[in-house]
Amino acid sequence: MKNNVLIAGAGPAGLEASAALQRLGYNVILIERSETIGGHLARWDRLFPDGESASAALDSLIEGIWGVKCFTDTEITSANRLGKSFNVILSNGIIVHADAVLMTTGFDLFEASKKEEYGYGIYDHVITNADLEAFFRNGSDPRINNPSRIGFVHCVGSRDEKAGCRSCSKVCCATAVKQACEMRQAFPNSQVYCFYMDLRLFGRHYEDMYLSAQRDYGVRFIRGRVAEVSENLDGSLMIKAEDTVASAPLKVSLDLLVLMAGMRPSVSGARIGSLLGLQSEDDGYFRVMDGILDAQRSTVPGLFLAGAATGPKTLPETLADARAAAVEIDKYLSVTFPEAKDFKQLMRKGW
Amino acid sequence: MVDFGFGIVPSSRINLDLFDRAKFEALATLEPDVRKCMACGSCTAVCTAGTFKATSLRAAIEEIQNGREKKALEMISGCQLCGKCFMTCPRGINTRHLILSIVKIYGEEK
Repeated sequence: MKNNVLIAGAGPAGLEASAALQRLGYNVILIERSETIGGHLARWDRLFPDGESASAALDSLIEGIWGVKCFTDTEITSANRLGKSFNVILSNGIIVHADAVLMTTGFDLFEASKKEEYGYGIYDHVITNADLEAFFRNGSDPRINNPSRIGFVHCVGSRDEKAGCRSCSKVCCATAVKQACEMRQAFPNSQVYCFYMDLRLFGRHYEDMYLSAQRDYGVRFIRGRVAEVSENLDGSLMIKAEDTVASAPLKVSLDLLVLMAGMRPSVSGARIGSLLGLQSEDDGYFRVMDGILDAQRSTVPGLFLAGAATGPKTLPETLADARAAAVEIDKYLSVTFPEAKDFKQLMRKGW
Repeated sequence: MVDFGFGIVPSSRINLDLFDRAKFEALATLEPDVRKCMACGSCTAVCTAGTFKATSLRAAIEEIQNGREKKALEMISGCQLCGKCFMTCPRGINTRHLILSIVKIYGEEK
């Protein structure tokens, strides 16, 4: 009687959509490829712009999925159309007869080692934004040794056609400013530089965060993309860029360089997408029915999308997208399976 | 000296390792607003002295942070303290006090 909804990916979008659909009276099956749920949020420490705890945010998202059937370490092995529904076989042997499928497959972080000129994995003191979050969570990283000169490189794997990533990843500027302030908190005597092309800080409180980085933390913002990094004999780094505001080439020695790895379309998401017949655009993210009016509907009936699967999004945008997808799925199922409607109404009234 | 037919021009490259942080902190103590500049260029655009002589507070702040203090002083040497930049600055930087503070910290001793 109840419609089954299969949700692929238990990151913030998957968790939020599961909770919403469960509350609407659907039978939600949430699957996650890795061993733990929470996606990238589970590996983050604090969130911009207000520095909220990532684990506290994740805990409250997880609280919401009470009653949802959640399978970790599980992938989709095959999927077929079965009338109006989908017949989906999972890697754990379970077969789901899903009346709607929601793809919340998220994103992959850009592999910073691909930008060889920055020396990630080659030089001793080059790390990524994700490594820095792990450091904030665990308190130790052999590459971070009481640095006094710290640099942040924006747009690593973003706005870089040669690296195959033309688009802006949207969240890295705000993350860099947040992390720059956090580094000044962790190492009060340090000098922090941010190398940016454009600062794309657009949301509520973001400008306050930027102003605070300048005024309260003395972070120096230099407009120019880091072009070259080399390692000195003592292990420190030599950075070359142009200060495009001053119209002059620039060099600086640093003890730590943080690369702001951008968002890339999820590789495993693309694999599931091809099983289900989803289309992608040139940028690798899934195509939606209409970017403005139908941003949660895919081009396949019964197949919905939410979160970073359809392009870079901030966490609040992802959660709002997931809630919107839940409403869209409810609308679709109510029209497509009218016989299930009466039961649902009873459920919502609490009998 | 032998004339080789060419001379050596000092590098125009900014070397941030030459940035005098203690001096900058002294300036920031005197006028904390120096940290707030976002290089929009409004001050330079409205500058009355700029009509006659290259003058830019925006550039001066940048030059100081790039360890080129002499150039910074050059960029504000034509200033007549008219205060138009103070009125136009979107971040409300007290530009007149900032200019006087720069001269105080970086200016040559009399």
